[in-house]
Amino acid sequence: MICICCPKGCHLVYDEKSGNVSGNSCAMGARYAAAEAVDPKRVVTSTVRINSSTAVMLPVKTNFAIPKHMVMKAVELLNDIEVQPPVFIGDVVYKNILGTGADFVCTKTVNE
Amino acid sequence: MRHYQLAIIGAGPAGLAAAVKAYENGVKKILVIERDKILGGILNQCIHNGFGLHRFKQELTGPEYADRYIKMLNETSAEIQTDTMVLNITKERILSVISPLRGFENIKADAVILAMGCRERTRGAIRIPGSRPSGIFTAGTAQRYINIDGYMVGRRAVILGSGDIGLIMARRMTLEGAKVLACIEVMPYSSGLNRNIVQCLNDFDIPLYLSHTVIDIKGANRLEKVIAAKVDENRRPIKGTEMEFDCDTLLLSIGLIPENELTRACGIQIDFRTNGAYVYENMQTSCEGIFACGNVVHVHDLVDYVSEESEKAGEAAAKYILGDKTLNNKTIEIDAQGAVTYTVPQRMRCENIDKNLKVFFRVNKSIDKAKIIVSDYQKDIASFKKQYVVPGEMQNIILAKNQIENIRGDYITIRAEEIISE
Repeated sequence: MICICCPKGCHLVYDEKSGNVSGNSCAMGARYAAAEAVDPKRVVTSTVRINSSTAVMLPVKTNFAIPKHMVMKAVELLNDIEVQPPVFIGDVVYKNILGTGADFVCTKTVNE
Repeated sequence: MRHYQLAIIGAGPAGLAAAVKAYENGVKKILVIERDKILGGILNQCIHNGFGLHRFKQELTGPEYADRYIKMLNETSAEIQTDTMVLNITKERILSVISPLRGFENIKADAVILAMGCRERTRGAIRIPGSRPSGIFTAGTAQRYINIDGYMVGRRAVILGSGDIGLIMARRMTLEGAKVLACIEVMPYSSGLNRNIVQCLNDFDIPLYLSHTVIDIKGANRLEKVIAAKVDENRRPIKGTEMEFDCDTLLLSIGLIPENELTRACGIQIDFRTNGAYVYENMQTSCEGIFACGNVVHVHDLVDYVSEESEKAGEAAAKYILGDKTLNNKTIEIDAQGAVTYTVPQRMRCENIDKNLKVFFRVNKSIDKAKIIVSDYQKDIASFKKQYVVPGEMQNIILAKNQIENIRGDYITIRAEEIISE
């Protein structure tokens, strides 16, 4: 399994019986391997429409990683959203994605 | 003629970081020139996360990374002029610029930092045969259409080239409801980061065909079919291995070219290996008072390194402007040999190096357990162990001041060797 936590891309080995991780070069990698083996999660980034004079699309991301199998369903939630400015980095665009507790938050400030 | 201490061309990650650093080092009259209407450059369309792990110790999206630097820039006295194109620079550092707001004008600067970034290679660069229908985009253009302009580029896509932008776009197209049929790479390895192969292709079951290329494009008005084939070790298509993909879109992620028209016209020496300017240890080009940083010098994988390199350029420009002009001491060339294809910087002047010098380089083959060796004539002066080096990842080594001081020749060599264990 290849770690996706940073650009290094360490080759990890996860031992299911003992829960030991090898091949990682940091603590993030160890956590990633254990999570990836049981319940893989991803941060999802996408866009929503914005009713603005300066921008057409507003970039958003999930503020936490959500289960991988929910990714396609999660982005569908954004299809009908149109945001009114002003919005600031971190503002919630969609709350509690599919009951995960994670929100879509915007990643760009648009003033008008 | 307007006069500035420092003019910076480009307000992407390189220009922003250089401006902030120059200001921190005492330069107050700075002009940042940007041709787009907004600051941040290509980061604005890179809405995915993964930026800033080195620089900010957290994972940011492109717009968030840009925002951090834009905020820092707004706290300086630097003037920002967007929607403005630089047409020419002279060795005397007179810039000819044009904008809707001010028309044509000449601007004089004590120092100039080139931070124009790079652009994508297009279909013409690799001469794909076939018809010329619509539906063929460079990956970055498609990224802009989708993420900034809100246009979907197609429904069924094939991606040629496995560079990071191509991989990121494979995922992006999928999330926007398109079907990505394949990612095709002519080399036997991917030029993108491993993490992107995992989270952009594998996560969505998109097949990656290594040692394959597109040999024909079919379609009258809109793209209808892409024909791919396996290639041999000389990258020639092999008969009988053809595959057909019914698709309306082909995205090209086949490399980036530093945008150096201004640099060339100014007579600044260009390195044919990087397609960027030759730079000294402080990012000065062959022309005194003109510095360069970021993707206009060499194509980086990570924006964090662009920021770091640009801060170096900003600091050096400040030193130059504020009177420390004792920069032209003995020059030592850095010669890339063997698997090492180039280095940045390409030359250095020992007296200008405070503590150490970070040398960036790329290799042209994968080596497991590699040793990077720096030699002065026949004598090895430094060696660095790397767990592995791959062509897709830019590498760096840090030469200490005391290693540099003792160099006797007028050039050093850098090469990569495999460590053979007994």
